[in-house]
Amino acid sequence: MRDEVIRRARGGVAALVLVGLVVAPWVVDEYTTAILARTLALALVGVSVALLTGVAGMPTLGQTAPYAAGAYACAVVGSRISDVGVVQLVVAAGAGALLAALTVPLVVHARGVIVLMITLAIGELVVIILGRWRSVTGGTDGLAGIPAVRPFWGLPPLASDQARYLYALVVVATLVGAVLVLLRTRAGLVLRAGRDDEARLRASGHRVALHLTGAHIAAGAIAGAAGSLLVVAQQYISPADFGFDTSALLLLGVVIGGTASVGGALVGAALVIAVRDWLFGVLPGHAPLVLGALFVATVYLLPTGVNRARGRLRPPSAPAHQPDPPVAQDQATVAELHR
Amino acid sequence: MIAVAAGTNRIDPYLIPALDGVAYGLLVFVAASGLVFCFGVANILNLAHGLLYAIGGYTAAALLDGGWASLALALAVGVLAAAAAGVLLAGLLTPVATGNHLSQALLTFGVALAGGSLLVAGFGPDDPQVQVPAALEGSVLVAGHRYAAYRLVFIGVAAVLAAALYLVVRRTRAGMLVRAAVDDPEMVACLGVSPARIRAGVLAAAGALAGAAGVLGAPILGPGTDTADTVLLLSLVVVVLGGLGSMAGTLLAALAIGEIQTLGVALLPSAAPFLLFAAMAAVLAVRARGLAGRWRTA
Repeated sequence: MRDEVIRRARGGVAALVLVGLVVAPWVVDEYTTAILARTLALALVGVSVALLTGVAGMPTLGQTAPYAAGAYACAVVGSRISDVGVVQLVVAAGAGALLAALTVPLVVHARGVIVLMITLAIGELVVIILGRWRSVTGGTDGLAGIPAVRPFWGLPPLASDQARYLYALVVVATLVGAVLVLLRTRAGLVLRAGRDDEARLRASGHRVALHLTGAHIAAGAIAGAAGSLLVVAQQYISPADFGFDTSALLLLGVVIGGTASVGGALVGAALVIAVRDWLFGVLPGHAPLVLGALFVATVYLLPTGVNRARGRLRPPSAPAHQPDPPVAQDQATVAELHR
Repeated sequence: MIAVAAGTNRIDPYLIPALDGVAYGLLVFVAASGLVFCFGVANILNLAHGLLYAIGGYTAAALLDGGWASLALALAVGVLAAAAAGVLLAGLLTPVATGNHLSQALLTFGVALAGGSLLVAGFGPDDPQVQVPAALEGSVLVAGHRYAAYRLVFIGVAAVLAAALYLVVRRTRAGMLVRAAVDDPEMVACLGVSPARIRAGVLAAAGALAGAAGVLGAPILGPGTDTADTVLLLSLVVVVLGGLGSMAGTLLAALAIGEIQTLGVALLPSAAPFLLFAAMAAVLAVRARGLAGRWRTA
């Protein structure tokens, strides 16, 4: 009964947010619309982080790597080959998936904090490569003057910030919908099961490494597609867009959102990015100081956020919670400690 | 005779980069060994490790004036300040110590962000100049090439530091506790050693090592706005390459990174950006299973 109410309320809130996002460009000014479009792209990367961190159990600080690969692939294709949005999206997602596939051997056998470390190193190395591979990436100056995208063959180019924002919104909504549907299938169930009890899943004959590989490549493709949206929103990219602080901000957003929840990741990432943009506007000199303090404060305020989410996020068909909530929570904590 | 001369000539242009690589590698070793302890003993991904190095670097830039006394003072102040920052970090980490590694990584990132901002506010946004002691300012002849005297001395000092570190970890009680905590933290706790004290001690030691590296290495990898990021990345790659098992592994990995960054760039300039990545991929591909087995228990 209570679950039913909560589900309805959640659906209502999601619908309200979606309506708000659709009418937003007519309410706010052009500059804010452009910022919103970029935030949408980052929120989509947040979804890929949540997919790996919360659903697959591989905490990542390196999703900026496929994000950057997608963005640069899209920028190169957009300025030299095709200005059709669908083509750019497919190329960007392919580039992200390819980079993720290349890095699979580095992460698939590691777990927990080791994955954090390796993915962080991968993300940083990709930024260094972007800065030095001048002939393709333009070095630290980045790539500018990317022509406006046209969503489909025969359609006019997206000339206004509003149009570009709506394009980003449509793409993000489609991809997030696809992720939500995918997570409800057997694949999503097996992925969660592997996170919760890997040994058990192995024992019953599932190839956990294969599932993780699939999840890693899918998350890479999503991040790559988000890179394409960044190019559309900014029409300019540089290695600074893909720094280590972006990864950390996205991870914080995902943790705030409850790590395994796709909607939570969208909201959390958007919130964190918005706070960052706002702080850098209000306090030009001291924004990192305040942002760092906010990081620390948030971690203290959400000490059990991840565990709580883990206890709550069971697949719909799983048995209901134990009658005594504190016990259930303690069990989750112990399980977490023993991972 | 002629062949030998030709051989020398072929090696000759790469002698100086190779020597630079040793200096760079030893610097990275001293900086990274702190992160290895942090990671192996306390199981914390300390994203503020680069900040600890930067504290040492800025101290050196502020205090060094060309004399020996200022070097000693900078070393003392830098090591103490960075160790204190490490203890502060351990204190901040206490409330989330039993939580998960995500919170810990995010917390240390917040500290790194805030601390970096404070350093820039205190020392200015420009990369400061570092003055080495006047006696070491010139260059010396190495096999017919001029080479910066400071770097040559640094190689010696860093080698002594590495040897001292090895002896401390191998022979002293503190070192034994650290090694025991890497292998079996629960058993060490059962022996009556508080995990919180080990954590604070390890973070202080990590800070002291990073601070020493920051002061001594300031003329090589100087303080600046992106120093912290660079040092953190290089230290992470050292951990990935060398694993957590032995100091020899860490040393080899650090030297390899030093050579890749100097000799590798001289030999293969076009492939230079990819070399670190390729080295990491190669090592992990060869040792993936072994590392995973070792690390999953860590």
